[in-house]
Amino acid sequence: MLKYLLPLGLFAALLILLGVGLTLNPREVPSPLVGRPAPTFTLPRLDDPETPFDSAERLRGRVSLFNVWASWCVACRQEHPFLMQLARQGVTIYGLDYKDTREAGLQWIERLGNPYRAVAFDTDGKVAIDWGVYGVPETFVIDKQGVIRYKHIGPITPKDWEEKLGPLVAYLEKQP
Amino acid sequence: MTAELGQLALIFALLMAVVQAFFPLAGAALRLPAWVAVARPAARAQALFLAVSFYCLVQSFVVNDFSVRYVAEHSNSALPLFYRIAAAWGAHEGSVLLWALILGLWTAAVSLFNRGLSEIFTARVLGILGLVSVGILAFILFTSNPFERLLPVPPDGNDLNPLLQDFGLAVHPPMLYMGYVGMAVPFAFAIAALMSGTLDIAWARWSRPWTLVAWSFLTLGITLGSWWAYYELGWGGWWFWDPVENASFMPWLMATALIHSLTVTEKRGAFKAWTVLLAIFAFSLSLLGMFLVRSGVLVSVHAFANDPERGLFILVFLGLVIGASLLLYALRAPAVRDHARFHWFSREALLLVNNVLLVVAAASVLLGTLYPLVLDALGLGKISVGPPYFGSVFAPVTAPLFLLAGIGPLVAWRRDDPARLWRQVRWLVPVSLTAAVVVAALWFRIGDLVTLAFLATAFWLGATALLPWWQRLRRREGWRGLRQPAGFYGMTLAHFGLAVFLVGVGVSNHYSIERTVRLAPGDSAELGGYRFLFQGVREFDGPNYGADEGTFEVYRDGERVAVLRPQKRFYRVQRNVMTEAAIDPGLRRDLYVALGEPLEGDAWSVRLYVKPAVRWIWLGGLLMMAGGLLAAADRRYRTARATAAAPASVNATA
Amino acid sequence: MKWGIALLALILTLPTSAGIEVRQFPNPELEARYQHLIEQLRCLVCQNQSLADSNADLAEDLRDEVYTMLLAGKRDAEIVDFLVQRYGDFVLYKPPVKKTTWLLWFGPFAALGLGGILLWRIGRKRRPEPPPPLSDAERRRLEKLLQDHGSDDA
Repeated sequence: MLKYLLPLGLFAALLILLGVGLTLNPREVPSPLVGRPAPTFTLPRLDDPETPFDSAERLRGRVSLFNVWASWCVACRQEHPFLMQLARQGVTIYGLDYKDTREAGLQWIERLGNPYRAVAFDTDGKVAIDWGVYGVPETFVIDKQGVIRYKHIGPITPKDWEEKLGPLVAYLEKQP
Repeated sequence: MTAELGQLALIFALLMAVVQAFFPLAGAALRLPAWVAVARPAARAQALFLAVSFYCLVQSFVVNDFSVRYVAEHSNSALPLFYRIAAAWGAHEGSVLLWALILGLWTAAVSLFNRGLSEIFTARVLGILGLVSVGILAFILFTSNPFERLLPVPPDGNDLNPLLQDFGLAVHPPMLYMGYVGMAVPFAFAIAALMSGTLDIAWARWSRPWTLVAWSFLTLGITLGSWWAYYELGWGGWWFWDPVENASFMPWLMATALIHSLTVTEKRGAFKAWTVLLAIFAFSLSLLGMFLVRSGVLVSVHAFANDPERGLFILVFLGLVIGASLLLYALRAPAVRDHARFHWFSREALLLVNNVLLVVAAASVLLGTLYPLVLDALGLGKISVGPPYFGSVFAPVTAPLFLLAGIGPLVAWRRDDPARLWRQVRWLVPVSLTAAVVVAALWFRIGDLVTLAFLATAFWLGATALLPWWQRLRRREGWRGLRQPAGFYGMTLAHFGLAVFLVGVGVSNHYSIERTVRLAPGDSAELGGYRFLFQGVREFDGPNYGADEGTFEVYRDGERVAVLRPQKRFYRVQRNVMTEAAIDPGLRRDLYVALGEPLEGDAWSVRLYVKPAVRWIWLGGLLMMAGGLLAAADRRYRTARATAAAPASVNATA
Repeated sequence: MKWGIALLALILTLPTSAGIEVRQFPNPELEARYQHLIEQLRCLVCQNQSLADSNADLAEDLRDEVYTMLLAGKRDAEIVDFLVQRYGDFVLYKPPVKKTTWLLWFGPFAALGLGGILLWRIGRKRRPEPPPPLSDAERRRLEKLLQDHGSDDA
């Protein structure tokens, strides 16, 4: 009798698996960089080609968000007002302008406001590859030691901030 | 108005499916002949309503009724008529309606060609098919209604995805669905047999031709799909182990196992419970494929637009249909009597080996397809399982299959002598090895051992498949030895087709060459003994696209063998670019040219391929399909029907 | 679901461009290695496509990386590691053999073994009954028959 029930048992397991599968997003690829020191780079700043953006210096000592964006990216436009709001609340945000032209990037900042402490200008996207970026916008949460603690893929919504990023940032702020 | 009519017909079809499911099944259980008699008219009426509904959808496309959301989203007034019709099943909603229509047609066919089956058994089969229809039709009406109106009415439609504007795509889904849905028939036969406890030889004999026809359609559908992917999707690849492809391949493997297992049940009355289980599995995998393609749990090149709500609906449907079937199996199968005995070296034993290998192969594809999902669900990270995995796992599992497929039919039922068989076939070992080396040396180059193994296996399979005919020609009374039942011809053809397919795979995988070059007008490039002369690019105006069309003259030994005109198309409505490769097909080789990007000046980047024997892959598929149809046409199955219907006709046919 | 739409928009807005690049290689071996590598690596932004098949912008950039590293004399394993460190095992179409993938890699062969055991057991259970022993009279008849047949044959 038992051996005749085996197919049914296997099928029940499969059904549960598929049910769980429905709640997952197959497109989101977790970053292996979480828990590791942020990759270091030096790039020119978007607003001033002469001044370097040195990640080793910028991305440590305080909790910060590292936001990858581009002026050609539609979802970034959707995210931008919320970044402005976070910046007003005192959240430290750095930007990486990905595969953009300097002109378009600056125009974007001028027109929509600047939530960033500083923006690094990554015109050929090489630094983004080092960070494992595969679509924009993406946002990394970096702690005081300069370690990546979280990666958010897609635009940050107020809900994402309330549920995941906000509490994490608050927790990291309390750490030495 | 047409859309409302279609919607109404769909609702009637659902009501009719409920009638077709309830009365016959209840009537069979309660022995009420009047209720049992409802089965056939209800089945035919359901099919008719579905045909009307589907016709209304097609008509909405033909007349460009953009007030229907589905038409507006997937068609355009500039789209040629042929593609407007094909667009009806080009996206999710319409394709499920096609699925339902085809199920209705299969059901109607069962209601027509069932002479000799008892009234009650037929009623049960139709009732079970009705239950499946109820689920699918409810799915369409509640989650995927293609007749929904759109307000305000847009001036024109959003056009069909350019990838789908193609002949191969237009015809392959209907064939594929004929196969998937056809698996519902042996499934319904198996469930009806479990219900009534009549798992006998007659049941196997009834199931087999239906399974063969469905299998043939599935084979054709997969073959067409692969051919389409070759010239439209990929860079000359013909199989990508994409979840959507796997979703069609798993039921195929299971149905192939079922065909073979049914032979044993039919001829020897053995493996009854196992055959029933295979019939359930084959249809379950069809439904599972539907879930995988339409729920969005897996990322695939050609999945439908996804929606978790639809996914959940299919999942519940899947759970009810398959869960109930397997429960019924667990309750009834232990009582099945099966005393057939056989020696370890006999036709039965070899067919059992065939079944184990095919089921393990299907399970491997399932494992590879679902494994990323398993790890993700358990929070163990994300991985990809792609062609390199399937290549390395699938080959060792299926290799014994190819070696044994030709031998199986040479072995006697019940008991045979391995030494006798060996004496019969041993001379084919050096023959196939030599043939492999000679073919490789003559036409290609002596490549690696893998290629030689591929070719030798293919020749071995082809030779062993043809051996019985050779022997009959020699031993028996000449040409009269060829007078064999159609089933035997069908089997030989299918096995031979498998060999042809293997040659195509082995040769094209290992001897294909490609080159990406920069060519200015007047330049030429050499590849595999062919000279591709680029004549330049001109503008070309299509019905709903504009294109750059390149002209290439191909020379071999100074003689022009082909003129190829690949295009780079820009579809105006959806604003996307499509590469339309140009192919000079041939049994020996395909010449394949794809236009890349314009470079400085008049130069273009161009990709050239020479792909030897790639066409044999699909030729093999077609031969297998033909074999299946031939076997289904065997007189044995028709005679069985005639016998029961009119005993007097036995003398006439015997 | 909203999120899915957002991501889709983002994919569509990635600038699309060349899928066919003309690259120069110092020798055919390097070209073959390049082709092999980009066929084994998955494009992250695409629907299930390899770097070789995709014309997404990121795929092009990653092909560039692979090409540059090959010309710089990097070994295949180093190049693959470079990508895995940044994107995880997801980029590999051939998943690495590790604890979490044992079932994936060995499952089919275990199933084959299990099938073999099953076949063996079924074969034993279904073995034909040995025929009942012959009576003396039957044996004598058989011997006679065999003798006659034997002389016939010779």
